[in-house]
Amino acid sequence: MSNTTSTWDYAPAPESAPCAIADEYGLFINGEFRPAADGRTLESIEPGTGEVLTRFALASPADIDAAVEAARAAQPAWAALPARERGKYLFRIARRLQERAREFAILETRDGGKPIKEARDVDIPEAAKHFFYYAGWADKLDYAFPGRSAAPVGVCGQIIPWNFPLLMAAWKLAPALACGNTVVLKPAETTPLTALRLAEVLQEVGLPPGVVNIVTGAGETGAALAAHPQVHKLAFTGSTEVGKKLAAMAAGTGKRLTLELGGKSPHIICEDASLDQAVEGIVQGIYFNQGHVCCAGSRLLVQESVQDEVLQKLAARMQQLRVGDPLDKNTDVGAINSAEQLATIQRYLKIGVEEGAELHVSGADLALPTGGYYQKPAYFSGVQPAHRVAREEIFGPVLAVMSFRTPEEAVQRANDTPYGLAAGIWTDKGSKMFALASKLRAGVIWCNTYNRFDATSPFGGFQQSGFGREGGRHGLKAYLQLQAWETTSD
Amino acid sequence: MTERLPILKTYKLYLGGAFPRTESGRTTVVEDAQGQARAHLCRASRKDFRNAVVAARKAQPAWAGRSAYNRGQILYRMAEMLEGKASEFVDALAASVPGGSTRARREVDASVDRLVAFAGWSDKYQQILGCQNPVEGPFHNFSIPEATGVLAVVAPQEEPLLGLISLLAPALCSGNTVVALGSESHPLATAIFGEVCATSDVPAGVVNLLTGQRAELLEQFASHRDVDGISAAGCSPDEKRVLELGAAGNLKRVQVLALNQEQDWYNAQQRESPDTIEAFVEIKTIWHPSAS
Amino acid sequence: MLRRTVDRVAADARAASFRTRSIKKEAKLQGLRMVVSMTDLTTLEGKDSPGKVRGLCRKAVQPGAALQGVPSVAAVCVYPSYVALAKECVAGSGVQVASVATAFPSGQAPLDLRLEEVRRVVEAGADEVDMVISRGALLAGQIQQVSDEIRAIKQACGPAHLKVILETGELETYDLVRTASDLAIEAGADFIKTSTGKVAPAATMGVTLVMLEAIRDHYRSSGVRIGMKPAGGIRTAKEALHYLVMVKETLGDAWLDPSLFRFGASSLLNDVLLQLNKQETGVYAANYDVSSE
Repeated sequence: MSNTTSTWDYAPAPESAPCAIADEYGLFINGEFRPAADGRTLESIEPGTGEVLTRFALASPADIDAAVEAARAAQPAWAALPARERGKYLFRIARRLQERAREFAILETRDGGKPIKEARDVDIPEAAKHFFYYAGWADKLDYAFPGRSAAPVGVCGQIIPWNFPLLMAAWKLAPALACGNTVVLKPAETTPLTALRLAEVLQEVGLPPGVVNIVTGAGETGAALAAHPQVHKLAFTGSTEVGKKLAAMAAGTGKRLTLELGGKSPHIICEDASLDQAVEGIVQGIYFNQGHVCCAGSRLLVQESVQDEVLQKLAARMQQLRVGDPLDKNTDVGAINSAEQLATIQRYLKIGVEEGAELHVSGADLALPTGGYYQKPAYFSGVQPAHRVAREEIFGPVLAVMSFRTPEEAVQRANDTPYGLAAGIWTDKGSKMFALASKLRAGVIWCNTYNRFDATSPFGGFQQSGFGREGGRHGLKAYLQLQAWETTSD
Repeated sequence: MTERLPILKTYKLYLGGAFPRTESGRTTVVEDAQGQARAHLCRASRKDFRNAVVAARKAQPAWAGRSAYNRGQILYRMAEMLEGKASEFVDALAASVPGGSTRARREVDASVDRLVAFAGWSDKYQQILGCQNPVEGPFHNFSIPEATGVLAVVAPQEEPLLGLISLLAPALCSGNTVVALGSESHPLATAIFGEVCATSDVPAGVVNLLTGQRAELLEQFASHRDVDGISAAGCSPDEKRVLELGAAGNLKRVQVLALNQEQDWYNAQQRESPDTIEAFVEIKTIWHPSAS
Repeated sequence: MLRRTVDRVAADARAASFRTRSIKKEAKLQGLRMVVSMTDLTTLEGKDSPGKVRGLCRKAVQPGAALQGVPSVAAVCVYPSYVALAKECVAGSGVQVASVATAFPSGQAPLDLRLEEVRRVVEAGADEVDMVISRGALLAGQIQQVSDEIRAIKQACGPAHLKVILETGELETYDLVRTASDLAIEAGADFIKTSTGKVAPAATMGVTLVMLEAIRDHYRSSGVRIGMKPAGGIRTAKEALHYLVMVKETLGDAWLDPSLFRFGASSLLNDVLLQLNKQETGVYAANYDVSSE
């Protein structure tokens, strides 16, 4: 018997379905697209190529005023709609997203750089599911919080990040709308396109003008929205640094606030874990979406007795990650979202080495596309808990590996952070799993899995990872005034 | 016949399960309605507050780790002890708060009842605030409330006992530990309440009570980075802003109740609603695969 | 022996991820030809006849008579009674003759009879022996007995390659599949194989992944490459390509070779030939474009 072949390479498999992209996109205010009042625009770069994809409006303060005014004017009628009817709009949105899923997936991948596989299998279906889930809550709000009557909050300002652009829009919009609020949504500067295409869907389904308004722009745009006196409720997903600024801005204003912020989530591998699956969990935890995930399992805590084996398996597994063209259906790790973020990641790689950690980068001989922003998956071994790469959020495909000897030490190291968004535990022993899960200070604990999301499952952080929950029944609360809340100073 | 000279008690702080004097050595005199000195009180300093936070932090994991049933029993014990000292509280309140002993009696009774209500909540709110979530795929997924951690409590000026207990009880029943600043206008009830705590099986550090001045302490309450949340009531807009601004530094959970009517504190439907507990718990969602 | 556990949900999720690989154009053509070269073309029916075995062998030697560049299959797999005939039919082609033995498919016979059967099929010319383990003993926790039996059978095989069938459908849990894989490898298996084809479920991607992981760990600790054979239940070319993706990404390209990976299948070959026909002609083929036997 002879070798039939020495290697078997997958041929390029580019997603080739059509997805039109206009030369320029406007703001979506009061049901219509319009340019910024002062005509200014920004460029949207395609991270996979590094080239300009399109231009979009940079909202001026006058545009923010107009958007908030449109939301304010639309709110009473939206809230007064029979709840069932309000829900039906959301069901319609969910359906149209499912029907246009392929187009949305391609757009998300081109605008943000994530692998088409993830946009197709995670972002778009989960976004549709989120609308579907909250659609059904619209006419059941009085059952959600027994003994308390539910009323909308009013106008919501929502600021979302660039890592899951459409999905974060869905997380924000769906519960707000189901509860009878109206919204001004501000997508991230580098990823405005799927939100704007969602605006087209909103037009298609006949959503009343002003119920959702989308203002694109940069950081100042978000700040102006956050500061607007007619915004009653502010929801932000992004960095802890910006979250604190928004909390300070909102102090004393009576604005309600929910924050979903950063993390440095610990991922604990016990010696009795199913190691091959744990390695899959590690990979899913830190290399999913190029590590641009607030709950990424970026601190690996592996029990000393299995550390060598786990790292050996991890290194081998990383060699199988296909890094490259985000539009190729076989790509596992796509493009870094922006040149700026790539520079941040590379700065941390340098810092880690300078601190004395050992850097391992996968695929030394792997050819990356020319142009575009790419970072091969990496991990640091020999990391000390005090190293910056063990404490600061890198938001890229970079893992900090540390070890522990006993479960108590694992808990102590895991909790040694100002954050508290998520944590992972791999063990085959149920009692140990529950004990660790109860001691970890984090809002989401994944046991023998990682980076799973569901519209029905509350998501959000402890400590400096923010407050408030998104998803599930708990996700409604931020968007409702319950009877007991009416007497607060809000 | 010579009139007997009364003993003027000096109330100390209740901190880490003990009754230390303020490290600052400052005291104030409490007078009754006739202007007669009744007692001496400590005027807590920022350092006292910091010490209290250390005690509260140390006590928190074990308090949250006790069984819910046990926390309920301790809250009930507090109600029992408060009931036993009712007349002392009535006297103290009546001497300070307009409305006399009838009003004071009502406040003390309501305070006992509030503790009883939360003694009952301690092993029930989890089933109201938590849930199992019907996620897709072979996973068992559930959400449970856990204590936020160490809370700074700023009690209202009016309803000094009922207001204090209405903020303490929901926080304690869910496993938080607290450092509370009592009413500045009517501080005596806070000081006596320390004696209730000390005789109610409340573990050291779980409740820490300070008497002092808002102007001196509020900013510290707001900005201390080892405090996880602030529960306050009866604040001016400026005080509220100070609390919220300081809280932004480490993203404390803040709830400032604007209960301006005396009647608000007696509204059991609202003040004993699970919302009061939900403000200072964190929802933790746990995923686990389900397969053989 | 170190008992390793497998998290079933995570293993299944990983196995499913291989299905998302898109295999097109040259990669598909190359893959399909590999599938043919790795096939153990199998007939294991009570109604098997010399005529059927002759037809099978003919097809094994030259599966795609009308197509370019289609290799022979790896082996034909038959009952002991047909080993000599099969050997004669494939002589000189390079196609191996494999025979099931050890009281296939149940294994429920005294060990001496099973050993005798193995010796007979090897004498009759079998290049490869596909044995079944004693699942009853394994499920009863008699690991040593199972291991001893495999060792004895390996010895009886002499020069013939030994494939150890775990019958994963009866083991049920991935933990036990892993345990059985490890013990079979330690006891001398050249290949480990999922199924007899007589019990449902036969091969699945999840179960195969668990076995590939056992092979991987063994290779890392010993440097010795053990072969893998999923059998039963793989019917389409697309599925077979997903298996190859799984082998490549779990064990590496070195295992993409008939000496280390086989498909035990009867109907798979025809679907692969139809796909190859389509790749060559650009036209979707009909079932009658390739012989059904």
